[in-house]
Amino acid sequence: MSHHDHPNAELGPLQIAELPKDKVARFDAALPEILKRYPADHKEAAMLAALRRAQEIFGWLSPAAQRLVADRLGAPVTRAEEVATFYVMYHTRPVGRHVVEVCTNVSCSLAGGYDIFEDLKRKLGVENGGTTGDGRITLRQVECLGSCGTAPAMLVDEEMHEGLTSQSVAKILGALP
Amino acid sequence: MSETLILTKRWAKNDPSLAGYRADGGYRSLDKALGMAPAAIVDEVKASNLRGRGGAGFPTGLKWTFLPKDIRPRYLCINADESEPGTFKDRYICEYDPHQLVEGIAISCFALDIHLAYIYIRGEFAKQARSLETALTEAYEAGLLGPRIGGKADFALDVHVVRGAGAYICGEESALMESVEGKKGYPRFKPPFPAIVGLWGKPTIINNVETLANVPWIIENGAKAFSDLGAGKTGGTRLFGVSGNVKRPGVYEKPAGYNLKKLLLEDCGGTASGRPIKAVIPGGSSSPVLKGDEIDVSLEPDAIKSAGTMSGSGGVIVMDDSVCMVRALARIAMFYAEESCGQCTPCRQGTPWMWKVLEKIERGEGTMADLALIEQLPGNIMGQTICALGDAAAMPVQSFVKKFRQEFVEHIEGHGCRHGETGWGVSRSSREALVGGNRHTPR
Repeated sequence: MSHHDHPNAELGPLQIAELPKDKVARFDAALPEILKRYPADHKEAAMLAALRRAQEIFGWLSPAAQRLVADRLGAPVTRAEEVATFYVMYHTRPVGRHVVEVCTNVSCSLAGGYDIFEDLKRKLGVENGGTTGDGRITLRQVECLGSCGTAPAMLVDEEMHEGLTSQSVAKILGALP
Repeated sequence: MSETLILTKRWAKNDPSLAGYRADGGYRSLDKALGMAPAAIVDEVKASNLRGRGGAGFPTGLKWTFLPKDIRPRYLCINADESEPGTFKDRYICEYDPHQLVEGIAISCFALDIHLAYIYIRGEFAKQARSLETALTEAYEAGLLGPRIGGKADFALDVHVVRGAGAYICGEESALMESVEGKKGYPRFKPPFPAIVGLWGKPTIINNVETLANVPWIIENGAKAFSDLGAGKTGGTRLFGVSGNVKRPGVYEKPAGYNLKKLLLEDCGGTASGRPIKAVIPGGSSSPVLKGDEIDVSLEPDAIKSAGTMSGSGGVIVMDDSVCMVRALARIAMFYAEESCGQCTPCRQGTPWMWKVLEKIERGEGTMADLALIEQLPGNIMGQTICALGDAAAMPVQSFVKKFRQEFVEHIEGHGCRHGETGWGVSRSSREALVGGNRHTPR
């Protein structure tokens, strides 16, 4: 059954069996490298890193992806879910092909971060957390990125861009595939 | 007069490699430390007056002595979560001189009989995490990490980078340990303190990046030289990150007792707009705000207490007189509302409440009853929560309202904000900051 047949289709796939087999294989292949960092009797400690890897592979953390991570770490599904929903860098809803995150905290806004975020909302036609109709960009405002001296700053697909101007923002987003 | 630089002296070279670090004398301190008795290293750090650079300013050597004598294993966690708004210093150590940190970690672990350390870095610092990974790989290949370091049969050390995933609370030391254990970042009750019951229930030392990066210099030059650089009970230099409305924002390495006014007017060149300084947040967004005429103070943690505030994480945010204080405070309140982990009711419920009331006043819809409420709310959060986030949220609200009360009253009586459309003032242009790479010119 594909997730489109599911009564809660917007939740995405629920069971591990519904995930693409090749991607599950990629995740399993990546796991030993992650586990190496933790004592053998503390496998669950790899939860954050494993969820990150799963998100990179599956695009977002559907209930099935969370279940996969929990299963492989020998942890309850609830552990994966509470971590996936606690940290803002995990996406528990589908996102666009690119995620643009603009800091609007004090130092950035003093240098124009608030204006950059508001301009982007208008230009992309989305609200905070929204995705463009073509599925290209998800936009959201985020908290301090630690780039206060080089404000304003944003993350594009988790890479930092600093010292932004409206021109540089347009150029960076224009260059995205 | 040339000032002694400890932490930033190699930044301008933009050479984070092991070869570059070694060419400048790097890892000599580790060699020296390996020839010392571990207890002598702890004594040296104690005598140096090195204090934690993450914000609390706790004496580092004293913290180290809290480890129980007979429990193993012990762990070290290095706090690279750097998330307090206005703070942006540790990232540059990771980017431009990561081996300084790695050497500090190796020396500290040798001193404390620790064989496993985790560098916990916030998830948003992808570049810095890569830089640290590269440095660790180089150190392993050179035998500076791994088994039998310096030929010592009993000193093996593994260091790993652990990336966070976007949660300010994980900079709180007990939440950090929860996160390293792969959980959501709920702070733990203290006591027991981490040095007694820490990571996986074992004794754990948690030190900030900047704190540990000082250790090689202390071992090389001695505790007295380090202590003499500072003031009062704080040894050494400190990294101050200045942002907001200043001509030359950036990271400045200064003696711990440096004067705030001198830093802002001379080093940073005053405001970019040329307008007067209206307010300064001296040590990250949780530190009580200073008015423009209150900044002639020493940044030494004990000295600045007399001005009713703290130099916390060294993050200095400057606002000129075009910036609306209600707008700025509402944004700070939003931050704490967003970042409250939700474990304690006063913080979970109180932080969004404060934010909403402040937004209402900023929009011109507030009443004097709202002002009375915003004066009362922080006191009901302060001291009522497991960790310090509640206090961190309360302190700026108390201080902004106290020091700029008239501006809040104006918003209420005038039914709006006179600081323009957004309240963020006139100075919005982005500039090149004096941090990192070849643009860094320490002064």
